[in-house]
Amino acid sequence: MSDKKQSKTAAPKKNEAYSLNDDRRVKVLSPGALVAKRFFRNTLSVVGLGMIIAMFLFSFVGGFISPYAEDEIFYTYTDMKKNYVSATKNNVFRYQNADAQTFNSTLQAKFQLAYNQKNNTFDHQNVTYTIEELGTDLYAISADGTELALAYKDIVNAADDVSPVPYALKRAALVAYTNGENTFNVGAKTYALDKDGNIFDAKTPVAYISRFIVQAAEPGLNITHEFKEKLETALDNDDSEFRYTDESGEEAVYTLEYKPDSMTWNIMQDKSTYVKMTYASPSKEHPLGTDANGMDMITRLMYGGRVSLVIGFIVVFIAAFLGILFGGISGYFGGWVDNLIMRIVDVFYCIPSTPLIIILGAAMDAMQVDPKIRMLYLMLILGFLSWPGIARLIRGQILSLREQEFMTATEACGISVPRRIFHHLIPNVIPQLIVICTMDLGSTILTEATLSFLGLGVKFPFASWGNIINDVNNSFVMTNYWFIWIPAGICLLISVLGFNFIGDGLRDAFDPKMKR
Amino acid sequence: MRKFILKRLALSVLILFCVTFIIYLIMRCLPSSFVESRAMQLATAPGAKPYEEWLSQLNAMYGLDKNVFLGYLGWLKDFCTGNFGDSWKYTVPVVEKFNDTVWLSFIMGTISFFFEIIIAVPLGVIAATKQYSRTDYAISTFALIGISLPSFFFATLLKLLFSVKLRWFDLIGIVSRDYAQLTPFGQFLDKAHHLVLPIFTLTIVSIGSLMRYVRTNMLEVLNADYIRTARAKGLSERKVIYHHAFRNTLIPLVTIIGGSLPGLFSGALITEQLFGIPGIGYTSYYAMVIGDIPFSMFYLTFLAVLTLLGNLISDILYAVVDPRVRIA
Repeated sequence: MSDKKQSKTAAPKKNEAYSLNDDRRVKVLSPGALVAKRFFRNTLSVVGLGMIIAMFLFSFVGGFISPYAEDEIFYTYTDMKKNYVSATKNNVFRYQNADAQTFNSTLQAKFQLAYNQKNNTFDHQNVTYTIEELGTDLYAISADGTELALAYKDIVNAADDVSPVPYALKRAALVAYTNGENTFNVGAKTYALDKDGNIFDAKTPVAYISRFIVQAAEPGLNITHEFKEKLETALDNDDSEFRYTDESGEEAVYTLEYKPDSMTWNIMQDKSTYVKMTYASPSKEHPLGTDANGMDMITRLMYGGRVSLVIGFIVVFIAAFLGILFGGISGYFGGWVDNLIMRIVDVFYCIPSTPLIIILGAAMDAMQVDPKIRMLYLMLILGFLSWPGIARLIRGQILSLREQEFMTATEACGISVPRRIFHHLIPNVIPQLIVICTMDLGSTILTEATLSFLGLGVKFPFASWGNIINDVNNSFVMTNYWFIWIPAGICLLISVLGFNFIGDGLRDAFDPKMKR
Repeated sequence: MRKFILKRLALSVLILFCVTFIIYLIMRCLPSSFVESRAMQLATAPGAKPYEEWLSQLNAMYGLDKNVFLGYLGWLKDFCTGNFGDSWKYTVPVVEKFNDTVWLSFIMGTISFFFEIIIAVPLGVIAATKQYSRTDYAISTFALIGISLPSFFFATLLKLLFSVKLRWFDLIGIVSRDYAQLTPFGQFLDKAHHLVLPIFTLTIVSIGSLMRYVRTNMLEVLNADYIRTARAKGLSERKVIYHHAFRNTLIPLVTIIGGSLPGLFSGALITEQLFGIPGIGYTSYYAMVIGDIPFSMFYLTFLAVLTLLGNLISDILYAVVDPRVRIA
């Protein structure tokens, strides 16, 4: 019909050149060309073709154009608050024995008791101990006139934080500190004491006094005296943060946070840390941002497209191969062969495929199958479960075709049976086969995506459009990072829709009853 | 007719036998992660028996120590006598759990099926009568988008729009937090409210195929000779389409609708799972993932029965609706 139209439109010009009964006046179109013409006249199928071509270019060419690899992980610096040190204000007594004296824990407890009861003496095992107050929160304990120990709350640290501070020095320093004196003597030496509690032996610092106990959050961290001083001033002033430049010249901001339950201050360091760039927003380098593993989203989408499309094609190929084989045999031979094969088809039809694939997927999870092999299994399973539809179609067509005259002719010519089936019958079924395969491609891609979405299909490190969307199982990602899952969903929709459009257009184009 | 039905029933039983055997074979041949993880869990308890002992005890308890064929025969015997066993995951009889969950799925399926029919049939008819018009293209595109839309993606989009942005619905679950305090009618409304999005998803996702089916059949009828005759008689276009054509379209339509009735019980696995609706799909999904053999076997057999039943119903309806068809 359409060739008639063609001749009408083309006629006026050519009429002059050719005589009326010249064959060249009529443009002859082969059946294939007719189908193509009808196909391209259908807007939807052309749109579908465009969509599929676009998706193919995106997936297969895009992967080469993209500057990144499928599993390239990106890192970035980010400001993170890390626990640096914790500080506690000391409010329990600490004890230091005088040289060559002992002051064990029983005595310490007795002292504490006496202190609480505001007694000046306490007894233990027939010995009377006297307590002498040397300053605020500073006591000396002696027995029989010899000083045994010192009880104090302000802590004397050596300037290098390591070497022990001699008893005499400690005692003199604490006395001077609590009484607010600027200098003190130990033996013949004179030490200077400033109001921050630093003790100098003629300009060189030997020790410092502080009420705070500072502990590093991580072992191996060396806290300098300078830092402690800064911290102490901040604590005294009730600041919420302070800056400090460490020995290597790196300046950082430290945030103070008071924890009432443990009565400690947590000091957090704002430090830029090198981390994986997770869920980065779209930018020039990463047009669709990055995913949970710090991989470039658009590159993942391209490789995911490859996986989804290739799986679709392989599955449909397997299904078509099995379907043609069994459908062809069944339709040609009929009788008990047909009956047997059709019952097998019935059984396959009846097996609930989605639940079965879910069970198999879960089992593969349990067996920890390698992701690559898993993909292969997935294709085989999907292909093996979807051939019955094609087999039924082929059989039905062949049943009607084999009664036609050309089949009698092949028989008369003595052509072998396989050749008759696969050379003379199957080619006549190709149109329907192409249509059903195109439609199947769409549905296979959907099934694969659904499985991957459930985490039972294609697995990390491989990307597939389904397992990219898998991230929405985390509602935070769903609400805040649209760029993770919406593009993948749109890719999926476009591909499946494209295949369906093409299938629909092909069906109409192959239909000889088509009026257009 | 009776002979036909009996023959089909006998065939169905045979098919069912094969299907259950295949499923049982697959389930048994897979490493039963359920028993292994259970044994592992029990063995770590203080003072417990070693893992191997637990494993063999559990295997014996669950009847997994027999070989596959004997196991299948045992299962078949139990199944035929109506003993479906206890679910491993839910630790209640399978039938009880099934009964608790299937009705919710059925209600969801029925409502969405109802919407599907009242939307798809008129649209399909309109598309066919105005073939190649802009309306036809719009409807066909809509139908194809419905078919092509991955249900999990569509459901997530709906959740983002209606639950997160507009806050009209809860993100997940079948009841609100204050469910226990509501009046019985309020509880009903609350559940209905939570079912809106799942039903909407199901309807949109499944509407396309029915619409296309209606359109194709309507087109076929419209090309028939008796339609030309009707037009030649000078009947109004309205009468031609709704009186002559549509009635004939109903023949395949009724068979396909009748055939999909059993499917209403099968549950919507993905949709229920995404919206956290405790229907049969949701329940069986978790049972299947954990390797709960009694429940999975029951559910898969149930699905197979539904498929067979659907085919049988549509075949019978075909003969009932179309007086020209005689089946032997």
